[in-house]
Amino acid sequence: MEITELLEIVTVSRHFDDFVALDKVSLHIEAGEFFTLLGPSGCGKTTLLRLIAGFDQPDGGDILLDGKTILAAPPERRPLHTIFQNYALFPHMTVAENIAFPLRMAGIAKKEIQARVAEALDDVRLPDKARQYPDALSGGQKQRIAIARALVNRPRLLLLDEPLSALDAKLREQMQIELINLQKDIGITFIYVTHDQGEALALSHRIAVMDCGKIVQVDVPERLYGVPNSRFVADFIGKCNLLEGRVREQQGDSVIVELDGLGPVHVCRSETKFAAGSRCALTLRPEKIRIAAAIVNSADDESHFTGHVHDLLYLGDVTVYIVTLANGLLLEALLANSASGRTNFFEVGDQVEVAWSCDAGHLVLD
Amino acid sequence: MQRKNVLLWISAALVYLFLYLPLVIVVVFSFNDSRLNAEWVGFTWKWYGKLFHNQEMLTAAMNSLIIAGVSAAVATVLGTLAGLAMEQSRQRLLQMLVLAPIAMPEILMGVSLLVLFIMVNMTLGLLSIMLAHITFCIGFVALAVQARISSMDPGLVEAARDLGASPWRCFREITLPLLMPGILAGALMAFTLSIDDFVITFFTAGVGSSTLPLQIYSMVKIAVTPEVNAVSTLLMLLTLVVITVASRLSPAVFRGE
Repeated sequence: MEITELLEIVTVSRHFDDFVALDKVSLHIEAGEFFTLLGPSGCGKTTLLRLIAGFDQPDGGDILLDGKTILAAPPERRPLHTIFQNYALFPHMTVAENIAFPLRMAGIAKKEIQARVAEALDDVRLPDKARQYPDALSGGQKQRIAIARALVNRPRLLLLDEPLSALDAKLREQMQIELINLQKDIGITFIYVTHDQGEALALSHRIAVMDCGKIVQVDVPERLYGVPNSRFVADFIGKCNLLEGRVREQQGDSVIVELDGLGPVHVCRSETKFAAGSRCALTLRPEKIRIAAAIVNSADDESHFTGHVHDLLYLGDVTVYIVTLANGLLLEALLANSASGRTNFFEVGDQVEVAWSCDAGHLVLD
Repeated sequence: MQRKNVLLWISAALVYLFLYLPLVIVVVFSFNDSRLNAEWVGFTWKWYGKLFHNQEMLTAAMNSLIIAGVSAAVATVLGTLAGLAMEQSRQRLLQMLVLAPIAMPEILMGVSLLVLFIMVNMTLGLLSIMLAHITFCIGFVALAVQARISSMDPGLVEAARDLGASPWRCFREITLPLLMPGILAGALMAFTLSIDDFVITFFTAGVGSSTLPLQIYSMVKIAVTPEVNAVSTLLMLLTLVVITVASRLSPAVFRGE
């Protein structure tokens, strides 16, 4: 597939009085991509979306679509549509009239509008709702109508502002799958805003993690989860143990780190070059930590430590063990409950050993 | 507990009696077959018949309807614009300027308008009354419209723009239809305020431009005749219908939200 750049955001800034909502943000979004802006509330992701949609103007920088600036164009002249958090269906129009709205605004002939509305309703599998008013629809149905309305005149770009946050967990998962398939089928570029890291990982081709008005990391989901570039990303995406330490020495991609209170551990496959003596943190996902009464068959490249079970949480599919290590540090580890019922391996207070292989962790600098 | 309830019911009944007994008396005596509002003699429609043959009364009623219709129409347009502006600018001063006439004593409004009309050498008549009524109705319409706007999702306007509507089409196709219940409620309120206004009308009316309330007043100066009861009953009925329709259209305004 040939990759073409659709949207380019060049050092865009936005201030509200003293508050810096966006600080020189730059991004490239490719045609056909499912791109997600992820971050905690107040990180600037919605502000950026509103700038792209044209509801707001940046204080600096430029936004280019197909290489041309769109800053001068009002929202109605930008070839992109937005799905709002509360769907923003027009309450005084029927479902069919809602979907016809963008076509009418584009000056399309009545006959064609009818055909395309019917087609759009079929696409979202709600053909019998045409004459109903939005108030009569369920949350999931409103969602689908909002999508149908936004896609009916084939925008270049679809912006989605936390569109699933109002739905309950079950329905949300179902809509996530629908969104993935929809995007794949129609090939329209999606820019998706969410604060839900799980949703971002599940949906996106690429994710930009934002914090305090800045882009922290832009990457594919696997790399954001596996190779976070900072404490913030490691902590924000999924669950993560952060072990503080200092780099002792590095040979190629193999690093020896002196963990505070624990001693030296070996970290292999490091992509970054670290200066000896620099402060760093080892990020360890709970599922990558082995936990056992006594670690046998320990491989040479494994690090292992003794601790006590401090707490445990039975979650059905897995049990989470919080283990206190020698230095008082709490480490979170998972054990899958493969047999039926609770596979209760350890109790609170039991002595256990934890271990991880040298490629399980990933180092981030302070 | 029981006793408390009984007391509550009695006091409530007394309050409602105090509020509505006079109105009930007017309605009852408008059907009384006697010239005196003293005792019930028998049922008759004749005072209503007389009313429709009283030329002065008919002229006054016509004047009232014309004034109320025109004032309500003009005040609705201006009040709607004021309501929109109030919501958009959020300036305290603008709010105060639009809403002050509501709180201003009517007698003050009447006197000041009279002074103004005389200063600009305007003949007092239907036109001067209409101008006066428009002045005090704008605020009420603006309030009704503003209540409606503040209950509207601002995202709808953005959604319309996003889907390709110019600001004007967005106003026509989204904002205006959604505000319509508030606008109509404001219009009906303006109509009822205008049709039964006495004080301001009294100051701004001229010779031959008597309205229904002025006509009733001049008749009452002699005695409260059954015709007065009849015309009052009709006026009450009209107001009641209009207010009911208005409150249906815009419950928020009447709940004071």
